[in-house]
Amino acid sequence: MSVFALVDCENFYASCERIFRPDLKYKPIVVLSSNDGCVIARSKEAKQLGIQMGVPWFKTKKNFLKNGGVFFSSNFALYGDISNRVMNILAGMANNIEIYSVDEAFLDLENMNLENSDIADEFAMHCRSLIKQWVGIPVRIGIAPTKTLTKVASYLAKEQTKRPGIFSISNNWMEIASSLKKVPLHEVWGVGRRLSKKLSVLGLRTAYDLACIDISLIRSRYSVVLERTVRELRGETCLQLDKSLDPKKQIVVSRSFSEKITRIEDLFPIVNDFGVRACEKLRKENQLCSKAGVFIRTSPFRIKDKQHSASKFFTLSSPTNDTRDILNGIRKSLPIIFRRNYPYAKSGVMLMNFSDTHVKQYSLFNADNLLKQNDRLMKTIDQINQKENLIRFASQSEVGYTAFRKTNVSPRYTTNWNELPRVNE
Amino acid sequence: MKVNYIGSVSADHFTESFLPLFEESVPVGFPSPANDYLEAPIDLNKYLIKNQVATFLVRAVGDSMLGANIGNNAILIVDRSIKPSHGSIVIASIDNEFICKKLQLRPKIALLPENEKYDPIYIEQGQNFEVLGVVIATINQFK
Repeated sequence: MSVFALVDCENFYASCERIFRPDLKYKPIVVLSSNDGCVIARSKEAKQLGIQMGVPWFKTKKNFLKNGGVFFSSNFALYGDISNRVMNILAGMANNIEIYSVDEAFLDLENMNLENSDIADEFAMHCRSLIKQWVGIPVRIGIAPTKTLTKVASYLAKEQTKRPGIFSISNNWMEIASSLKKVPLHEVWGVGRRLSKKLSVLGLRTAYDLACIDISLIRSRYSVVLERTVRELRGETCLQLDKSLDPKKQIVVSRSFSEKITRIEDLFPIVNDFGVRACEKLRKENQLCSKAGVFIRTSPFRIKDKQHSASKFFTLSSPTNDTRDILNGIRKSLPIIFRRNYPYAKSGVMLMNFSDTHVKQYSLFNADNLLKQNDRLMKTIDQINQKENLIRFASQSEVGYTAFRKTNVSPRYTTNWNELPRVNE
Repeated sequence: MKVNYIGSVSADHFTESFLPLFEESVPVGFPSPANDYLEAPIDLNKYLIKNQVATFLVRAVGDSMLGANIGNNAILIVDRSIKPSHGSIVIASIDNEFICKKLQLRPKIALLPENEKYDPIYIEQGQNFEVLGVVIATINQFK
């Protein structure tokens, strides 16, 4: 019988910032988006102060700091490394795992006996204390017969006082029903606020109401996706772990600018930075792309400004991961979409139509050995830049893409020799 | 001091866990007879790190642990998955700060220096004290 667990790192970015800072244990912490634009993560204490997710930093800064809060610019080098550690531990604890996001994973616990709730709880407690001890990250764990119900269990785990952070639901309708009654409709996986508004017309308020609805009505008036959700809420397993090793479908590197840009000379170096970064990611995934694009846009939030948004895609002559091919495409495409005197606020580079490096198809017009040499060149550049960004293309900005406004970024404790945590003897 | 030779160390290998053992392709003719005997170069990561996901590196500052061969600026390898015991060298947080000391559990919990110039730190009841992990190795660099 199917049994799944959802493991969810609690307040992940804020918890990462705490690992090497014992002084922040009970302090309110927020983490800001790149550019320090808005709040993207909050510790429990920050939530209690009423700081909302996504709120612009300038609006909440004064009040937050006055209340003893600590803020961090985002430190993705740290969060990525910590996430990898957590996922690796989880992979060792289950038949299979599906990494759902940077801080969430589904575990396949097939054949676990859910009738005896002690077994599930014991497993969850072990898992929780191991991750806390080994990596220092608190996690919440929901165990249930379907993936949709693990989300319900995880939601209910938040409120547990007896066994904080863990909750399991067995495959017994009475038990499922009593759990579902405590969950508001919009908290159901795949429903969300918009759909729950529509469904409230039918008088639905809780997950339980949705689970009790006539399946044929859902299928005819809504979608098969929602039908599947209903079935899963009833304890019928419809979704398995997504184990597909499908490589990423596309890579996007984009950022908002700290200052508006109106001249193409100023835009080029930054867009080229995005291109360079995107190609690095592509090579890391061992992929080639045969199509790429660049986009620029003004800020839709500045209503008084002139607005423009455009993108241009280009096809590569043969699948490539060579940065120079992409920079070439950017050089030709950007002038086509750029308009003078518009205050551009954001831009990005996209790579798509991927193929594996080992199924590389050569174009008639490219010599085989030339490609091989380029391969080596790119590999060498990546290796050097991995430690420190020493090699740049002439068309990149002089400071590099890391030069966004970050006022308070924590050290890269686990990924950089010069930023290791310091310990006094 | 007597020294035993252990083997060769590849310089690339400190940061790379990927080993291109057979990069050289030999389409025709005799392959190198040594190919059959190729072994991976000695890997310091494997030697020093037992449980990668729970291992963190920290830099020591100070001279209170000289007796445990931990010099100023040494890199300490800290394994959070090892249970600290009496006599372990540990990283502990006390009064909101991380320190490196030798853990004493008997007769009284204390953090001991390994240098006469310093005093032991006795843990008082109610004091904020937590052991983060056990130091399993120290790297003192001479150059």
